[in-house]
Amino acid sequence: MVSRHVSAMMPVAVVSLAIIVLWYVGAAMLNLAWEKSVAQRNDTPVSTIQMLRNTMHQERPVLPSPHQVVQEIIDTTIKKKITSKRSLIYHAGITLSSSMLGFAMGTLLGIVLAVIIVYNDALNKSLLPWIIASQTIPILAIAPMIIVVLNAVGIQGLLPKAFISMYLSFFPVAVGMVKGLNSPSSSYLDLMRTYNASSWQTFIKLRLPTSLPFLFTSMKVAVAISVVGAIVAELPTGAVAGLGARLLAGSYYGQTVQIWSALVVASILAALLVVVVGLLGDWVNRRMGLVRG
Amino acid sequence: MNDASKVIEVNGLSLTFPTSDGDVQALQDIDLTINRGDFVSFIGPSGCGKTTLLRVIADLEQATAGSIEVNGMTPEEARLARAYGYVFQAASLYPWRTIASNVALPLEIMGLKGEEIRSRVERNLALVDLAGFGKKYPWQLSGGMQQRASIARALAVEPDLLLMDEPFGALDEIVRDHLNEQLLKLWAKTNKTVVFVTHSIPEAVFLSNRIVVMSPRPGRIHEVIESDLPPERDLSIRETQSFLHLANRVRDGLRAGHSYDEVS
Amino acid sequence: MERILFTGASVFSVLGVLLQGPWQTGIAMLAVALIAFLQLKRSRLLAAIATGGMALVAANSLIGLVDEAGAVNAGFWCLVVAAWLLAWGSVEQLSAIRTLSKIYRTVLGVVIPVLFGLWLLILWELLTRGLDVPQVLLPAPSQISERFMSSGSILWADFKQTFLRAVLIGYAIGCGAGFVVAVLIDRSPFLQRGLLPIGNLVSALPIVGVAPIMVMWFGFDWPSKAAVVIIMTFFPMLVNTVSGLSAAQPMQHDLMKTYAASYWQSLFKLRIPEALPFIFNALKINSTLAMIGAIVAEFFGTPTVGMGFRISTEVGRMNVDMVWAEIAVAALAGSLFYGLIALLERIFTFWHPSVRS
Ligand SMILES: Nc1ncnc2c1ncn2[C@@H]1O[C@H](COP(=O)(O)OP(=O)(O)OP(=O)(O)O)[C@@H](O)[C@H]1O
Ligand SMILES: [Mg+2]
Repeated sequence: MVSRHVSAMMPVAVVSLAIIVLWYVGAAMLNLAWEKSVAQRNDTPVSTIQMLRNTMHQERPVLPSPHQVVQEIIDTTIKKKITSKRSLIYHAGITLSSSMLGFAMGTLLGIVLAVIIVYNDALNKSLLPWIIASQTIPILAIAPMIIVVLNAVGIQGLLPKAFISMYLSFFPVAVGMVKGLNSPSSSYLDLMRTYNASSWQTFIKLRLPTSLPFLFTSMKVAVAISVVGAIVAELPTGAVAGLGARLLAGSYYGQTVQIWSALVVASILAALLVVVVGLLGDWVNRRMGLVRG
Repeated sequence: MNDASKVIEVNGLSLTFPTSDGDVQALQDIDLTINRGDFVSFIGPSGCGKTTLLRVIADLEQATAGSIEVNGMTPEEARLARAYGYVFQAASLYPWRTIASNVALPLEIMGLKGEEIRSRVERNLALVDLAGFGKKYPWQLSGGMQQRASIARALAVEPDLLLMDEPFGALDEIVRDHLNEQLLKLWAKTNKTVVFVTHSIPEAVFLSNRIVVMSPRPGRIHEVIESDLPPERDLSIRETQSFLHLANRVRDGLRAGHSYDEVS
Repeated sequence: MERILFTGASVFSVLGVLLQGPWQTGIAMLAVALIAFLQLKRSRLLAAIATGGMALVAANSLIGLVDEAGAVNAGFWCLVVAAWLLAWGSVEQLSAIRTLSKIYRTVLGVVIPVLFGLWLLILWELLTRGLDVPQVLLPAPSQISERFMSSGSILWADFKQTFLRAVLIGYAIGCGAGFVVAVLIDRSPFLQRGLLPIGNLVSALPIVGVAPIMVMWFGFDWPSKAAVVIIMTFFPMLVNTVSGLSAAQPMQHDLMKTYAASYWQSLFKLRIPEALPFIFNALKINSTLAMIGAIVAEFFGTPTVGMGFRISTEVGRMNVDMVWAEIAVAALAGSLFYGLIALLERIFTFWHPSVRS
């Protein structure tokens, strides 16, 4: 058992290591030009070794080295008070809360739409193409609109951002849930018919349980995309807080290390959420006896 | 019998599958010779290693002990020389190709040219009664037609050796009888060597001139029964005394194999 | 269901007339709704056309009235509701039609969603104009289409910059690279097992965040946007192609082995066809990702052209109709792009069970 885990981890570890090495090499190469120009300006010959060493510690590197990013993340998380405007945990928390709100609304909307679609043929035929079409509208095109409109109605703060997460996350849930609700084979449905079960009973006892694995699979996609939505929503609002705001501020002031650390933290956040939803799904599926533990 | 007439020669062949909960001995000490023009059936209970033996002959599986020669070569050399055609239990036609281009697939891989491919495809589709169906897709045909197409695909290679793993297992009795008759006609006409895996005693007796009865755990040859039926047969032969006698011998062999299994 | 809808339509028509809505429209709708209700069993198609047509005529006359002083009263809104119920009933009728003719079914498959979209627009038009919604909040579709017509050249320039350059070029390179890398690592199980979990992880990450970095590296013009698109589309394609290439059944691999097929032969004749449904899945996912990536990247700096640029500046100037015109372009382009890929999918994977039925 253990050895199988190890042999599964090996390739991942090696590839990850290779990526980090490549990152260092890339940082050295991309940042070298700046070091050269500095040396030329100062007219002091600097050895190549020294220049390479310097590429790892530039203030505004083209590509910061991994340890610079890690250092920045540590500086702005562990070493800052959570309430501080410079704490990445504070910003991550803001992004997290709007993406979670949007994710919850999106999941709910997705489930409701799926149930409607499965039970009403007319809406199935007329709604489904528009649900797909809605996703081909780039979210950022409507993000500023949503924010402006909601602002005008007096809604501010978390909700406009959450709407954008919802807009992105309802889609995978709706699609996955439609698939899941339709997944019981016709023999199961016939069995329910022999019991003369009402459509509500069929829904509760058959369609809903069989759709759960589909639901959680699509919720994993939905939670990842709702983080994207929250970050994207922070861009056009000129938000002062949140990971998206950090990206924007970093890009205004050329603070590459800040951009990269915000990016890494956003990635960790998304990965954690996906893992949590995945674990939750495993747990529910096991409880329901849908997947053998 | 001289060496040239031996198509398959197996000596002391064994095969074990390493699995997570211990090794599975699928074949043990198999000795078998198949001559040119033979129609040999493997029969035996499920899991006795019929498929595995056929796959070893086809170089889809490697023996762990003993020796095996196909056409005087190693199975790998024979495979690379495209010495045989293999018919799987399921038709496994490619859904994105028409019936005709499915049959053409091995020919394309062999690097044949357009005209040659077309004529071979036509000839072999006609042979299995599918002449008008070349332009259809597999999923537009019945299971029996699909299986016939996969036989045409194996025949199109024009191999002297045909390996068939329960090719008619999924078909109904009537279609199966029909295909059995056709296969026998084909064999008589072309003098091919056929190795045929089946679960059905009547099928084995009807088709073969030699029947290899196998027993399970570990898979081994229990008995090789020579058929005394005339080479020219039709379905009515199944009512004859000698046919029933032969069938009973096979059944006894299978029983003995089973009881051996229970004693051990 | 239809009976409820047609009853509702009749009731609201009567209410509309009583509450001093435009009585001609009300009476006409009442008549059609009643006839449809009674003749329902005769012909669904006929009932659907009659009610749908009446609803559209009514909507048209209501839209004509919406700007007249005093016309927009409670009766007016009752008639709007009646027309809407009538239209809904018509769609219910249409989707209840069971037919075997393929052409007929395809036509219905297009007509039903189009009607739905049309009614969305009609209600939008009536509500924004009838309720005098300020244009800054939500312009009416007619205003948007007016803007659309009058600023064609700006929209076209933005479209060229964002879609034809950043999206299409980035999409092609990203998807192409993902596919090629998947084929390259196909021969190394070690690399596959290493890259696949990482690819899966990266696909779930908010990669749009690299946009500011790409803008710093590649400048303000479209190459930086294309770079974002490349990174965003690469991983879904990689992951899907790798799993697609291993989708073939063992028996089919054995078949190829009995033919002594070379690696490339079994790649092209078996495994790539088998992977096509996966590849098209990635192409579809990527078509929306590419649009997102390109427009987001424009928020971090552009030359003064591009859809994302236009949207953010026009929002600032409160030119909301222009913003909506850009959204319409984006939606149109995105839908056509997606539709094209879906069409190609149907053509290339016609044999797959999900397409066959
Ligand atoms: N790839 C494998 N790995 C492990 N064990 C295997 C494998 N293939 C076959 N076996 C085992 O080898 C034995 C023989 O299998 P084989 O498929 O040859 O049986 P068979 O006689 O063809 O049975 P059937 O009539 O059901 O097709 C079985 O016990 C099976 O479990
Ligand atoms: Mg078998």
